[in-house]
Amino acid sequence: MTDLSTRYLGLTLPNPVVASSSPLTEQIVDLRRLEDAGVSAVVLPSLFEEQISIESNDLDLYLSHGAESYAEATSYFPDMGSYNLGPTGYLTRLAEARKALRIPVIGSLNGVSTGGWTRYARKMEEAGADAIELNVYHLPTDPTQSGLDVERMYFDLVQEVVGTVKIPVSVKLTPFLSAPAHVARRLGELGARGLVLFNRFYQPDFDLEKLEVVPSLNLSSAWTLRLRLRWAAILWGNTSADLAISGGVHTAGDVLKSMMAGARVAMVASSVLRHGPEHVRTLLDGVREWMASHEYESIRQMQGSMSHQHCAEPAALERANYMRVLRSFALRGK
Amino acid sequence: MSKSYMMMDGNEAAARVAYLASEVIAIYPITPASPMGELSDQWAAEGRPNAWGTVPGVVEMQSEGGAAGAVHGALMTGALATTFTASQGLLLMIPNLYKIAGELTPLVIHVAARAVATQGLSIFGDHSDVMAARATGFGQLASGSPQEAMDLALVAHAATLESRIPFLHFFDGFRTSHEIARVYPLSVEDVRALLPEGPRLGHHQRALSPSQPTIRGTAQNPDVFFQAREASNSWYRACPEIVQQAMDRLAVRTGRAYHLVDYVGAPDAERVVVLMGSGAEVAHETVAALVATGEKVGVLKVRLFRPFPSEALLAALPPTVRRIAVLDRTKEPGSAGEPLYQDVVTAIAESSAREDGGAPRLVIGGRYGLASKEFTPAMVRAVLDELRQPAPRNHFTVGITDDVTHTSLPWDPDWSTEEPATVRAVFFGLGADGTVGGNKNSIKIIGEEAGLHAQGYFVYDSKKSGSITVSHLRFGPHPIRSSYLISRANFVACHQFHLLERMEMLALAEPGATILLNSPHGATGTWDRLPRRVQEELIAKRLRLFVIDALAVSRGAGLAGRINTVMQTCFFALSGLMPLDQAILAIKRGIQKAYGSRGEIVVEKNFAAVDQSVAALSEVPVPAVATSTIPMRPPVPAGAPEFVRLVSSRLIAGEGDQLPVSALPVDGTWPSGSTQWEKRDLAETVPVWDSEICIQCGKCVLVCPHAVIRAAVYPPELLAGAPAGWKSAAARWRQFGDQRYTLQVSTDDCTGCRLCVEVCPVKNKREVRLKAINMGPHEPIRDAERANWAWFQALPAAPRDALSPDHVKDVQLLEPLFEFSGACAGCGETPYLKLVSQLFGDRAMVANATGCSSIYGGNLPTTPWTSNALGRGPAWANSLFEDNAEFGLGMRLALDQQRQRAAVLLRQLAQFAGLDVVEGLLSPEGRGETEIAARRAFVGELRRRIAVVDDPLARELAALADTLVRHSVWIVGGDGWAYDIGFGGLDHVLASGRDVNLLVLDTEVYSNTGGQMSKSTPRGAVAKFAAGGKRSAKKDLGLFAMSYGHVYVAQVALGGDDSQAVKAFREAEAFDWPSLIIAYSHCIAHGYDLVHGLEQQKLAVQSGHWPLFRYNPVLITEGRNPFQLDSKAPTVPLRSYAYNETRYTMLAHSHPEEAASLLAQAQQDLLERWHRYAYLAKAPPGFGAAATPEAPHD
Repeated sequence: MTDLSTRYLGLTLPNPVVASSSPLTEQIVDLRRLEDAGVSAVVLPSLFEEQISIESNDLDLYLSHGAESYAEATSYFPDMGSYNLGPTGYLTRLAEARKALRIPVIGSLNGVSTGGWTRYARKMEEAGADAIELNVYHLPTDPTQSGLDVERMYFDLVQEVVGTVKIPVSVKLTPFLSAPAHVARRLGELGARGLVLFNRFYQPDFDLEKLEVVPSLNLSSAWTLRLRLRWAAILWGNTSADLAISGGVHTAGDVLKSMMAGARVAMVASSVLRHGPEHVRTLLDGVREWMASHEYESIRQMQGSMSHQHCAEPAALERANYMRVLRSFALRGK
Repeated sequence: MSKSYMMMDGNEAAARVAYLASEVIAIYPITPASPMGELSDQWAAEGRPNAWGTVPGVVEMQSEGGAAGAVHGALMTGALATTFTASQGLLLMIPNLYKIAGELTPLVIHVAARAVATQGLSIFGDHSDVMAARATGFGQLASGSPQEAMDLALVAHAATLESRIPFLHFFDGFRTSHEIARVYPLSVEDVRALLPEGPRLGHHQRALSPSQPTIRGTAQNPDVFFQAREASNSWYRACPEIVQQAMDRLAVRTGRAYHLVDYVGAPDAERVVVLMGSGAEVAHETVAALVATGEKVGVLKVRLFRPFPSEALLAALPPTVRRIAVLDRTKEPGSAGEPLYQDVVTAIAESSAREDGGAPRLVIGGRYGLASKEFTPAMVRAVLDELRQPAPRNHFTVGITDDVTHTSLPWDPDWSTEEPATVRAVFFGLGADGTVGGNKNSIKIIGEEAGLHAQGYFVYDSKKSGSITVSHLRFGPHPIRSSYLISRANFVACHQFHLLERMEMLALAEPGATILLNSPHGATGTWDRLPRRVQEELIAKRLRLFVIDALAVSRGAGLAGRINTVMQTCFFALSGLMPLDQAILAIKRGIQKAYGSRGEIVVEKNFAAVDQSVAALSEVPVPAVATSTIPMRPPVPAGAPEFVRLVSSRLIAGEGDQLPVSALPVDGTWPSGSTQWEKRDLAETVPVWDSEICIQCGKCVLVCPHAVIRAAVYPPELLAGAPAGWKSAAARWRQFGDQRYTLQVSTDDCTGCRLCVEVCPVKNKREVRLKAINMGPHEPIRDAERANWAWFQALPAAPRDALSPDHVKDVQLLEPLFEFSGACAGCGETPYLKLVSQLFGDRAMVANATGCSSIYGGNLPTTPWTSNALGRGPAWANSLFEDNAEFGLGMRLALDQQRQRAAVLLRQLAQFAGLDVVEGLLSPEGRGETEIAARRAFVGELRRRIAVVDDPLARELAALADTLVRHSVWIVGGDGWAYDIGFGGLDHVLASGRDVNLLVLDTEVYSNTGGQMSKSTPRGAVAKFAAGGKRSAKKDLGLFAMSYGHVYVAQVALGGDDSQAVKAFREAEAFDWPSLIIAYSHCIAHGYDLVHGLEQQKLAVQSGHWPLFRYNPVLITEGRNPFQLDSKAPTVPLRSYAYNETRYTMLAHSHPEEAASLLAQAQQDLLERWHRYAYLAKAPPGFGAAATPEAPHD
């Protein structure tokens, strides 16, 4: 029997397909469908500290706005007593998910302040999360902030959170680090149990008619996977943290490639959004089929097998690959 | 006696008892009683039980008449019921009050007593309303303080059950209903003990029931009605004793003893005053001070007014009393005396007759305190002093200067009974800076934690934008009876630096007082920036001045502009009422309680502000000599009209109390157009026009809620002599050739709402964040823009007949005759009214329902409806809330009658008028500006020709001639009026077929009274009285009106489609029959930054929540479908619109599943409505032909 099991963040998982943070991991009913389809763990949508602050501030502002100004209307809204604001709703959903599912539930946290990261990480742990994924969505737009500053921010953050909670902590990385390998190693040293490659930043578009910058949200494509494969392969063996690939995992082949690059798990979001949770079953069947036909015994057997350290042509993962592609392109062009 | 006490206002005190003692509560909002209903609704939503363990059923009705009806039915069916009301609301209940009393039905109505509208409306407190109900047969019990409002509320509920006489329990609106004071709350056990089982069961047993059927409400003939009316006499006779017994039972349980009439004063008093309500507390304080100086005076506090307790009153009077002054807080014009006076006179006269002798007692009566007019110890003393006179004045007034009929008693404003040990603090702030909220918090802390007696009373502005608040707080070791404003403060706080040059606030400071000033100039820079008058007061009174840059502290803590926490902390630091560390802990507990539910971040920011405040506070040494040359701001410019300078300016300056009777109109007729003189200079940032990229579309002019953005087209030669910096561009109108165009902002009148920037469609090609109009700092351009505005006003108006008013672009050139109102910054209603004034203002009559639009449209000191250079403009009047459609119809009926009469006279006087004029005025009337101008010219010529004719008919024709030009009648109000209280009238007026235009400014909520649910409130939105989200769908008023067939109906939203809106207004006005325009109006009660108001309007349309349509019966006559759907099928989900607004999100945050369910239903509602409309829009030609209008009625 083919062994699909893997270990990620110290958790033993029956297979390497994990549901990444997406709208499909929000509702219990969808989470159950994912579990039934075979995912081995789920990452809940991120708890955004900034959103909590905005919601609180907005509620405070607009419940108070215009109040105590005019004798006939000293307020404009009834006092509802309590509001399901801030982390409460999220934590309740997390606790419900933990209760409803057999598989591990990973909370995802997007903070903005040091206090926020640690406070909410602790609350997630208390609510029953099996692990926490730190979703560091940071755009270094400040021209006075150096690459070192950015790295230090990552390191401080991980150190703080790891020191606060007992459950394993992973970090979802940006692909735009100047020295990803160094960062990956250092994060492992600081206690990060996993690194998720990579965060997909939503790229805004321009509306030419309205002259506005408009947000856009596109599902990942097959191309998305390439960057992640390369970096998983490079980082494998260079960090104590488990690697996860998130972005562009659409087919059974993508899962297999992820494993071979060195990932412990392959996270799916766009493909299940597109095809439904049941797509996971197709992926797993495909993985099993391919492994059987190629006589692989276990997932662990292939993990890292095509990493930078183990592949036949390490240069293909480095700059030489770039040069080769350029040359072949030039030839084709002629 | 309960040892624990709380700080609460009179409304809450009464509502707590009423809630506990009731099973059914029918409510309707009216100031100042609304909070009692709101609290009841909130408690019921929370599942709080009454005294017998069930949650009362709380229902909002469509009017007070409806509430009374519902209560009547509930009582008849055996429930214990209550309601809350005031003023016009109580008057609407009167028919039912007669019934309920006639049927000997136990009921208590709690009344926050308020002036009844007469020559003007007033929301403030007096006894006009309850006195108007004194003949109904209801018992009447008066409370004078929040504690009494709680205690006597229970006495009323107890007495009504035992006596079967229904009661009005009343206390003074605002002065008691909104005063926060120490109250020892009654417990559930107290309520149960005073409402024993027997009388309760008796009430239940008398209920209508098919198990023991009876009939009530029979029609009676002359044979028995009279006797039957007399049959209840014994119940009324027994009632006073029952009330006293209830008071005694309360005294046993609480230690607080009340009597039907309580006497306070010297046992051997010779002179007494008699009065009811909060004024009796002032008299109590005054008498105590006078008795201490040896004066033989006293006060009788009448608590039970109906049934009038003559015996108790006589028994309470010391036998030594020889002279009595009865004070009524009401006016009964033409009477022999006001009600309490007459009853006291009668009681004494009857007693004299009965006792056959004894020294006669002189009784005089007078009026005081109408509409919350200040009533002070000095005034009480003036009355007692008057009783010393050989021939005291009767039917006097006190508190005003009556220089016409000379009724007023003089009083010494410097005489005071303020206790030295009391801390008296006055705070001047803005509504927006949270001053009142902070002070309410302080009162709770000091009153509940420092063990001091405390009192808080708050004076609000009548403007809704930039409103100023004044908080009066007293703290002391002894009970506080001072139910009047503080005039000798030992602490004055100014929370906004700019108010210093507008208000004489240091006049309230007593020598040596502490002054706390929020100053952006710091300890060293403040002195030189103080107005000279302020410096002089600081020096003369040896005041201590402390400053803090509260805005910097609050911003540093992340609180955007709300300085209440900072200033509150400084008050505690300076007042010494509590040890500071203890106070800070208490403030933080208060913050946790107030803001805890809004999230940790909010609490943390406030905590940070508290922690940083004290260190930022510093004392400014007061020099010996004033050095400033900064003057106080004059309330109005020197060039204002005489009435504005002599009268309005005094009101603006806060000196209205000092105006004598002779200064005021006798019949409520005030000159209009006065807001232009009250330059409030509110905005820190104002719109700045970019003449180079502007496309002159006029959208900013159209949406500006305060009419501060104006456009003009004028000949280029007029540029000569324009102020430096004057901007213009080539006019983009074909018909105006090479003329210039200018967009000018009256920056002193701007509220800084930014709607203009939001709506501007142009973007700067070099920097897309910039538009053709952008916000910029006011300060650097203030003087230049004042000069520009003055120059702009002198430019000639564009010729109306050269414009095409169907186009927004052209509308901008029509002069608005509604300007600079006190509406909220960013108001969604006022642009529609401004549009009416631009299109039809010079011939418009406006009937305005009570509500927001009547307040910003007609609240003194200044009003926005104005006139053009020819002196023509909208004539505006407010009758009531409920009758506005009928009121406007009456205007139309009168105009039509007058026009008919004028036509008859014109024919009769044709020889003088001339055939050209007769033909010109009797020919069919055109709708265009040219035709109207021509007709006006004929009227002018007619007047000229008949002026020389010495004939009464000619004089009559001259008086009526204006009606020969078509007047445009506009009936305006909010959804509370149109959907609820005025719906019956609206329906009838639509049915009447008369040429009136009804404009519903639909905010989907009762905005003016603070956001109560109306039948326009959408499903799923939270409103007061719908704390759990409205469960039923919004009424489709448009569809209802269309069902008549002969009514023009349009649903519009300026932000959705402005040209559709302009078209609708034009078509509606041109239609000879009734028209109804339902206008989406974004509102502060929706809970978002109104800068996004127009965007929300667009989303309302795009989501299908607010489809745009026009139903024009004229099209029927053309064989076309009258229904035109002007917006597209929903393209965005409802949630994309709704969840931008707190009214929806607060439910999603508090009850997420309920919110999701209601939103899904609301989405379904709008889809169904859309399908209905789409079906109507596809109806074949000829649809509705049966309803083809007949000929016009004139």
